[in-house]
Amino acid sequence: MTFDAIDAWWWPFLFILVGGWLATDAWRFLGVYLGDRLSEDSDLLVLVRALATALVAAVIGNLIVFPSGALVDTALALRIGAAGGGFAAYLLLGRKILVGIVAAEFILLVGLWIK
Amino acid sequence: MPADPVSSLPSLSTRRLWYLRGVRAAFSIPGLILASAFIGFAGLAKEAGLTLAQTVFMVGMVWALPAKVVLIGAILSGASLPAAAFAVALSSIRLTPMVVALVPELRGPKTPRWVLYFLSHFVAVTSWVLAMERLRGIPRELRTSYYAGLGSTLVLFNMLVTAVVYLVADSLPPAVSAALFLLTPMYFLTSLWGSARERAGHVAMVLGLILGPLLHLVVPGFDLLGAGLIGGGAAFACHRLSRRKAPA
Repeated sequence: MTFDAIDAWWWPFLFILVGGWLATDAWRFLGVYLGDRLSEDSDLLVLVRALATALVAAVIGNLIVFPSGALVDTALALRIGAAGGGFAAYLLLGRKILVGIVAAEFILLVGLWIK
Repeated sequence: MPADPVSSLPSLSTRRLWYLRGVRAAFSIPGLILASAFIGFAGLAKEAGLTLAQTVFMVGMVWALPAKVVLIGAILSGASLPAAAFAVALSSIRLTPMVVALVPELRGPKTPRWVLYFLSHFVAVTSWVLAMERLRGIPRELRTSYYAGLGSTLVLFNMLVTAVVYLVADSLPPAVSAALFLLTPMYFLTSLWGSARERAGHVAMVLGLILGPLLHLVVPGFDLLGAGLIGGGAAFACHRLSRRKAPA
């Protein structure tokens, strides 16, 4: 039942539909259902948000430490330096997402150029 | 039924006007940053062996970028469909509280339920941040029109961006390609920090960043769930402790 398991044109689409669409929109629909039943600052929501945030952060950490594609050929220290430097720039220079991204890319490209 | 003069429904042309204002809001700095993250995603999907049609289909149907990145990761690691769905579902739990927070802002006095269910598909970090920021200044009965314009434009535009980048990805030099792959984690790193409502969110994020790669080495396959449970649970415990200490 992997992505390549069935050799038919529709199988990857069904895989994406069940593994992707159903697995995300189910949560969105649950959110609409609960929308007017839960208070925004109830402790249950704080817990749900904390669990979800840590989980997405884990995805980010893995993307940086165990990357895919062209980033595989870069040094781990450079990737962490670029991400860390970009995040520091974001925190220190007015919390602008764009500033963080540009700083990280600058560090990465300078690092690749020096090498 | 005769129209109620006090709370009459807005006319179609008023709705179209606010829909178009939502469309315009998609072409803002956060919208453009999101598009840059989709440039990275197109490269990721191509690397994983997905066809152009599968990649664009995934953008439209799943929409939330972390969920797609997890799904690609599951495909790359040869996960079965139930395992992939489980991982994606775990990475998307956060959509529920986001929608819960958005619905009271979005809903007009006469908004039918199905409209909310339909619009909830557009909820992902960027459209959510933009909506939470701007809906307050929009007439309540027109907020669904505005969000429909914003959400649908973000989805369709990024389907287009993904398709174009997918087609040209091979002709890029390695340094540019590497820079593109860094866009997605950087976008999430900064936007996730900015969207945290309380300090527990920041604690959870730092713990998740460290625990994710760590658990990936120790217990691969359980890394995301483990990091979520341990990091999120610890952050929540801190939240409870600090609240108990604070004067009532």
